[in-house]
Amino acid sequence: MFEEIEDRFREIAPAVDHCSLRIVRERDEHLSVRRGVVQPPRVADDLGAMVTVVEDGGIGYAATSDLSAAGLRRATGRARDWARRTAGRVVVDFRSVQRPVASGEYESRVREPWDGRPLAEKVDLLSAEAERLAAHDSIVDWEAGLWRSAVETLLVSADGGRVAQRFHYLLPTLSATANRGAETQTRTFGGHAYCRQGGLEILREVGFFEAAPRIAEQAAELVSAPDCPSGTMDLVLAPDQMILQIHESIGHPLELDRILGDERNYAGSSFVTPEMFGTYRYGSELLNVVFDPTRPEQLASYAFDDEGQPAIRTYVIHQGILLRPLGGMISQARAGLPGVAGARASSWNRPPIDRMANLNLEPGSARFEDLIAATESGVYMETNCSWSIDDARNKFQFGCEWARLIEKGRLTAVVKKANYRGVSATFWRNLALVGDDATFDVLGTPYCGKGEPNQMMRVGHASPACLFRGVDVFGGA
Amino acid sequence: MQDYFYSLADGIEARLEGGEVVTCSFAAEESDFVRFNRSAVRQAGSVAQRVLTVDLIEGARHALGTLSLAGVPETDRARLSALIGDLREARRQLPEDPFLLYNTSPRSTERRRENELPEPEQVVDEIHRAGRGRDLVGVYAGGAIHAGFASSLGQRNWYESYSFNLDWSFFHAADKAVKASYAGLHWRREDLERRIESAAEQVSVLSRPTRSIRPGRYRVFLAPAALYEIVGMLSWGGFGLRAHRTKTTPLLRMIQEGATLHPSVRVLENTGDGIAPDFQEAGFPRPASVTLIEGGRYRDCLVSPRSAREYGSPTNGASASEVPQSIDVGGGEMAMSSVLRELGTGIYAGNLWYLNFSDRSACRTTGMTRFATFWVEDGVIQAPLGAMRFDETVYRMLGDKLVGLTAEREMILDPGTYFQRAVESARLPGAMVDDFTFTL
Repeated sequence: MFEEIEDRFREIAPAVDHCSLRIVRERDEHLSVRRGVVQPPRVADDLGAMVTVVEDGGIGYAATSDLSAAGLRRATGRARDWARRTAGRVVVDFRSVQRPVASGEYESRVREPWDGRPLAEKVDLLSAEAERLAAHDSIVDWEAGLWRSAVETLLVSADGGRVAQRFHYLLPTLSATANRGAETQTRTFGGHAYCRQGGLEILREVGFFEAAPRIAEQAAELVSAPDCPSGTMDLVLAPDQMILQIHESIGHPLELDRILGDERNYAGSSFVTPEMFGTYRYGSELLNVVFDPTRPEQLASYAFDDEGQPAIRTYVIHQGILLRPLGGMISQARAGLPGVAGARASSWNRPPIDRMANLNLEPGSARFEDLIAATESGVYMETNCSWSIDDARNKFQFGCEWARLIEKGRLTAVVKKANYRGVSATFWRNLALVGDDATFDVLGTPYCGKGEPNQMMRVGHASPACLFRGVDVFGGA
Repeated sequence: MQDYFYSLADGIEARLEGGEVVTCSFAAEESDFVRFNRSAVRQAGSVAQRVLTVDLIEGARHALGTLSLAGVPETDRARLSALIGDLREARRQLPEDPFLLYNTSPRSTERRRENELPEPEQVVDEIHRAGRGRDLVGVYAGGAIHAGFASSLGQRNWYESYSFNLDWSFFHAADKAVKASYAGLHWRREDLERRIESAAEQVSVLSRPTRSIRPGRYRVFLAPAALYEIVGMLSWGGFGLRAHRTKTTPLLRMIQEGATLHPSVRVLENTGDGIAPDFQEAGFPRPASVTLIEGGRYRDCLVSPRSAREYGSPTNGASASEVPQSIDVGGGEMAMSSVLRELGTGIYAGNLWYLNFSDRSACRTTGMTRFATFWVEDGVIQAPLGAMRFDETVYRMLGDKLVGLTAEREMILDPGTYFQRAVESARLPGAMVDDFTFTL
């Protein structure tokens, strides 16, 4: 189907400075079982394309779901109109942006295809896990779900570029909510973090079939647990909280479009400035952060971004020193800085903007036991449930679903409503120990919001557990 | 567009078999988006999208499917035919749904507004002119929004609106900025210029050195845009029947312990005053208003059809998410012109940002000040305030620490554009609050 659309485009593509077509088809399936009732499955099939034109230095796009020759011709005409309309009034002369003639392919590695099992079998699978979530009298709501997406993209340019990519995503979810009087606590299977590329084999790889009893037990335990204490103390974060910490206080501040000011009206700017790259101490020497689109199972692995730039594994922070921002080729040209292949669009109806893709914190050498043993007085926290950070990505406050006190090097009581706050510019310098491969987990989120018009994006994060010194920790109201 | 949707619905109904019933929900837009940074265009373009959701029902079994439509009859009919086949096969593998509910009392409606939007050239010209000599950043979004519903029981509903929303900031330097918007149905250059000048005047105050304050408790005036963020957080599970029955509502203490807000607090889902369609995706009409909080006490929930079945309570036309679309907070007695004098010494918060719950059961929220937020002494603005983090319960800020609400209220049109342009709106006053807690 895509080849026919490509042929139509190549026939009508105008002789301008740049003209490209990005076709996207996304097929989704949502299954869930809540409180013992199979929820109505939802399937979606979304197909459309965006034409982008650079002419006279201006830029314009037009997105359409009419992929006939007439539809593409109309869209191309609209995109040209926008390019002419904006010429001379744009942030950069878009003719000056060097665009590679990209060529290549990518496809997710899938061992057990989603369609290899009938719908009834997948519903039965979820029903069985959901039933195991209702294991305590205090549990008032429980749900098991699967969200599968298959996304095909084809980026073609009038100068002969052609990039075809196929992605297969799966997000398994579990949740149990316990209530006692005016107190309610929800425990989940990593929130939405266990999203990966692949097929149904992901369920085994992430421990989906073992999780439900533990989630139910912990939800029931939390609702009667004391609140997290308040004070300055050490903090050990599990990977499913580390990914939020990386996302909000490393990923977003390093996005080059924020640094250039594009997002100041909505998602915000950054405390990071261009002169910091190459010299600024972002964190302790233990902090190594890599833009890594090469892990086959990770959510945002790909071969090319949505502007056709080849994706290469690159350090953005090495031994605590800030090296480069996260920005695609247009932002790189505007800023005069190196970047990464991170210009991505949420679908056919939104233009690419600077995004994180996979942003991972490399494992160190400390065993989990070492992290705990090195803590005289502190808290161990798992699974993000609350996040808030200022528009410059500096002053943050995050909350976790489940926590345990650490007293004299040992894990002790479970506590609820565990929150902590800090400042990005100093928090990472208090990174005292980094967990080893055994504590490392490959996670992500399908819900990173940004951009005007708004876009929801899949991004991946992998991290070990980590120990931070001297953090402002607190509990409930 | 309306004829096209109805003809597709007719075609689907003609393919029904046996005792099948079908409901079709339609959403479409033709939008222009122009994004600005430093008063220059960063991105500009158009999006045309049409999305149809089909719920194919037989008895208590059903399956849902959503397709993006091309707008080309033969293409769309072929894809819909394949979808119907897939849904029949899926339905065969599923158990009965005890909570299925769709409107079996057909009530057809139309709500249509004329297109009075400007040409794109005019928009770009006038915004570009407004930004000259200033640092303007933001986005213009405008165009047609269509929504429809059709069922094989004979119901047809249509909504068509042409609106725009210019959501922008003027930056003085670094993070010193004034946020403003110009949204509505009729674009007038003089209205834009008036708002531009008003925002530019506020920017001049930002040129003063930034004041820093220590964490602690301060008297605060929350402008309507700031209160909108607080109410927006409450709407995240606060008013839906499902959240109440599963005890996940952040207003749990109102339900379980009889906690109250200030007696002057009144909150409605005011569909009659909003810009959202007056029907929802299962075909139920939305009443003109639903009273959520009255006299500071919790009153009614928003009830989706599914919750109606699950919990045995009649639906009041809420969408599946049970989130208000046209929220309305009643005004008080304080004149907007007197808020600085009433504030005395404290903080004027023009906006809040990035809110989340830090203790959901206690309805405690955290978030940041952003944009035009000022330190005020003896009723006079002294200086812009550096971004501060707050952490405070709604029971305090809209309860025993609420000093008063302004008589004047502001209509805010949601500038959101995730997946499609939003049709949510809010009408709210400003709020004066004592002992508002800042933590960082």
